Amino acid sequence: MLVKKKKNPLQEIYLIEILKGLFITIKNMLFAPKVTIQYPEQRRNYSERFRGMHYIKATNGVENCTACMLCPTVCPAECIHIEAGERADKEKYPVKFEIDVLRCCFCGMCEEACPKDAIKLSTIYEMSTTHREVYDKAFLVEQRGSK
Amino acid sequence: MDTFDWITTAAKSAFLVIILLQVVPIMAWVERRGSALMQNRLGPNRIGPLGLFQSIADAIKFIFKEDPIPGHVEPFYYMLAPLVSVVPAFMTFGVIPFASSINLDGRVLHFQVADLNVGLLYVFSVASLGVYGIIMAGWSSNNKYTILGSLRSSSQMISYELSMGLSVIGIILVFSTLKLGDIATQQGQLMTHLGPWLLPEWLQIPKWGVFIQPLGFLVFLVAAFAETNRLPFDLPEGESEIVAGYHLEYGSMKFAMFMMAEYLNMFTASGLITTLYFGGWQLLPGFGPLLGLLQSQFGLAGMSAEWARVGFEVLSFFLKVGFFMWFFVWVRWTLPRFRYDQLMDLGWKVMFPLAMVNILLTGTFAYYGWI
Repeated sequence: MLVKKKKNPLQEIYLIEILKGLFITIKNMLFAPKVTIQYPEQRRNYSERFRGMHYIKATNGVENCTACMLCPTVCPAECIHIEAGERADKEKYPVKFEIDVLRCCFCGMCEEACPKDAIKLSTIYEMSTTHREVYDKAFLVEQRGSK
Repeated sequence: MDTFDWITTAAKSAFLVIILLQVVPIMAWVERRGSALMQNRLGPNRIGPLGLFQSIADAIKFIFKEDPIPGHVEPFYYMLAPLVSVVPAFMTFGVIPFASSINLDGRVLHFQVADLNVGLLYVFSVASLGVYGIIMAGWSSNNKYTILGSLRSSSQMISYELSMGLSVIGIILVFSTLKLGDIATQQGQLMTHLGPWLLPEWLQIPKWGVFIQPLGFLVFLVAAFAETNRLPFDLPEGESEIVAGYHLEYGSMKFAMFMMAEYLNMFTASGLITTLYFGGWQLLPGFGPLLGLLQSQFGLAGMSAEWARVGFEVLSFFLKVGFFMWFFVWVRWTLPRFRYDQLMDLGWKVMFPLAMVNILLTGTFAYYGWI
């Protein structure tokens, strides 16, 4: 709906309003705090629940994963590839555990589905690389720390 | 012309060209940092102190970029257009005085490349040549957005040139000369009248154009914004409406030349505002005593004292010009763009009558000898 505001004659002349506007911009320039985060030196603090790069949690150097295939099943992007095997103590374990992060949509459903608390999403968000890589188990376990 | 004239003219031209070439990178930096700070950002601050070398990086990028010519353009005019817009921008500053004259071995040296007796007319005629570059660019690019931009530009230029020219008539009436050097010199006098009333002796206001022609100054300032295609009148390149306007099809150095032309036009407009309305090279308030102090402190006399005066005048002139350059940037990041019909309304229904009223008032005052 078109609402016509009443203006007083001074506002109609527009010049004083322009001067007010100029004052506002210069005030912002000189005194307002700047919102820029100077990235490599300063970093934004993300929540602990931020869904970033995956990692596989390990206990005593052995990954928690039992290759139950719940995460590749639930994954909407179909980016998780697991090949199951058997350890000497008859424990099922993933021989291969690969995540194609380029296809991942970081929905976090794998983390929700995992009964063993094995696959988790860290808060790491710097994932740019110079080549396209599918991350394998060794990388995901040793991971950039189990953050 | 003898040797003295040749050498001094060449030196003055070189000085001005160097200054003009410095304006573009510095203003690009000021524009980016200034806009960033006004929007509560920081802007480019990585390269060099305060990010000052960002302009050098930009220039290197412009030079080394691929420079393709699109298949659908008219190559001759397409190549010519950036030149046509940048050359007049360089030419205009030639008649603007940046210091008063000095005596060298009995010869008078004017700090002005050419002291034309039609100086003001020269400025207007050369400045309006710049629009040809824009029209050429728009038309030869063979693209509907560019032609829209250049059409807007030409009609905007014509509308505002009118009120600009008329607003200057007041100044010509007051100083009775078209020589910009004389206009700047006469602004060194003191004001005697404020309208019909005599000013008291103790009130020493210099006879700057802005004090005797406030209305004319206002019209001139607004028209200068429109003539240089700066916001709030940057309709020829209105991004949200016509992509980039007339320079849509240009890249690399050819685009940089349009940008140069824009900043040089701004610089000329600032120089003109300073010369006509802010006393040109007349010393800024406070500079006179400072100069006297300097001369007595270092025992300057004769030629060295004269050169110190010239230095202060050059400094005053470029400080004033610098303020107006900053003012252009300041206004750009304060006001949004006009709608096209609002622009035309303002030009023809407000600025034009105001300029006429200014002429009428100035004529009346001049008739009664109040100026």
